[in-house]
Amino acid sequence: MIEVQHLTKRYGRVTAVDDVSFRVERGEILGFLGPNGAGKTTTMRILTGYMPASEGRATVAGYDVFAQPVEAKRRTGYLPETPPLYPDMTVREYLDFVARIKDVPPGERRTRVETVMKRTHVDDMATRHCGKLSKGYRQRVGLAQALIHNPDVLILDEPTAGLDPKQIIETRGLIRGLAGDHTIVLSTHILPEVAQTCQRVVIINKGRVVAVDTPDNLTARLRGAETLYVHVDTKGPHVLAALQKVPGVARVAPADQRADSGAYEVESERDRDIRRDLAREIVTRGWGLLELRPMRMSLEEVFLQVTTEEVDAAAAAAPAQTEVPHA
Amino acid sequence: MRNVLAIAEKELRSYFASPMAYVIIGFFLLPFGVFFYLYLSMFVRNSMQMAQFGGAQNVNQQVIRYVLQNASVIILFIMPMITMRTYAEEKRSGTIELLLTSPVTDVEIILGKFFGALGLYCAMLLVTLLYMGILFRYGNPEWRPLVAAYLGLLLMGASFISIGLLISSTTNNQIVAGVVTFVVFLLFWIVGWFADTAGPTLGPITSFLSITEHFDDFSKGVIDTKHVIYYLSLITFGLFLTAKSVDTERWRG
Repeated sequence: MIEVQHLTKRYGRVTAVDDVSFRVERGEILGFLGPNGAGKTTTMRILTGYMPASEGRATVAGYDVFAQPVEAKRRTGYLPETPPLYPDMTVREYLDFVARIKDVPPGERRTRVETVMKRTHVDDMATRHCGKLSKGYRQRVGLAQALIHNPDVLILDEPTAGLDPKQIIETRGLIRGLAGDHTIVLSTHILPEVAQTCQRVVIINKGRVVAVDTPDNLTARLRGAETLYVHVDTKGPHVLAALQKVPGVARVAPADQRADSGAYEVESERDRDIRRDLAREIVTRGWGLLELRPMRMSLEEVFLQVTTEEVDAAAAAAPAQTEVPHA
Repeated sequence: MRNVLAIAEKELRSYFASPMAYVIIGFFLLPFGVFFYLYLSMFVRNSMQMAQFGGAQNVNQQVIRYVLQNASVIILFIMPMITMRTYAEEKRSGTIELLLTSPVTDVEIILGKFFGALGLYCAMLLVTLLYMGILFRYGNPEWRPLVAAYLGLLLMGASFISIGLLISSTTNNQIVAGVVTFVVFLLFWIVGWFADTAGPTLGPITSFLSITEHFDDFSKGVIDTKHVIYYLSLITFGLFLTAKSVDTERWRG
């Protein structure tokens, strides 16, 4: 549905997007993740035809965004970082105007406007001026605007920015509900959002794609050496020493840095499951095992790891070697 | 064409949804009314004097012509306020992203904005017809020179709009757009003043450049193709450069 090949955008000497390639299948939600200034917005602006790329190609719904911009734009809904609202128009007037310039047939316009207002829960503000809306409503009217012509592709630049927690949950639900009929690319720097809404993630940093995978795979594959959280009802250096001696254990450290509370972080050697041996050891020594669970690397850590330059675990990142889409 | 209409309507609505249109029309009508009153009372006094000697006065030449000539200068002062926001505001508020990512071409956007501003300008001119109505009610002016004069005003205003649009498209600051537009219009006006002193070669050129100078014949009721072509080419040129400016902006990001 969306295909991006070797996209590069330079502003003068600064390269905002550097040789970015990825593809999004029909009905998929792709998360675009990266720190601020990574080139997310620039990439989205190129995809929506707002600005041309310096190099590379992008097609949306089979139309080249440079060669056939009008056809591509007709199939794309775009929510920019700041919702593009006209403060002097009421929500209904505004959506009607957008419907007109997005080529919604005159006969369907009214029903489309009402449908998207219901869908994005802004129908109670239909006669309010856009300039008087709260941030949450502005964002949702912006989303309504992107949906108005029922586009194949939705490009959402930080769709949940500025919403309160309840609205965030609603909006994520809405976006998930839209997948299937629509192909969605959404950008965010909020990591749980990606885990909750997206089927695939593109992590971008300094204009380069550093990883493409599903959120689960990213967290799982980047884990490398596994760390377990172990809590026993005894404490002291002898516990530490005993745990250290279990085969396969690489390192043991108290979970609480300041005091030995009986909770330990046990790191295993690579690709070795040490849970059975660890439990047996503790039980045979007559200690009570209160808790034993794997500490999964959160997406935050993954993110930090792939976006930090001196990735100490270059080896750990290796298995996650990104399925960089075919050139 | 449908898109041009949609954008023009949107522009017009945003003028009238805010106090802007009313302020602009008000500020236009106030000096217009003053000039109208002054020239009319002068005309009435003159014609009473002349009546004693049996001479006749011409309303078209003595009132309408001068009032509309002055109006052309007021328009020059007012027009930057109409055009300064066209692009600058959309760029500042980010709504330009909506327009540029919609299935409309740059030319359609520009024409939409052009006709939107022209619509407001026409509304301004329409209200001034009330004054002309007074002349027709109590006198008998010729209507044909009046039509010519209004056609001239329309063409002149449209030229101002296309230049204003160009300047607005180069910045995202309304104030900057307004001030620059104002200065440019002013130059277009006063360049005509040098006509007498600039010498035999430069003189005609400066008077030819002056936007308001070309209105002179219209105000007398003469439609000269020379002036029509001048205005039409100015409009086209302004819109063309606006299209280029929008395109450049897009490449620069």
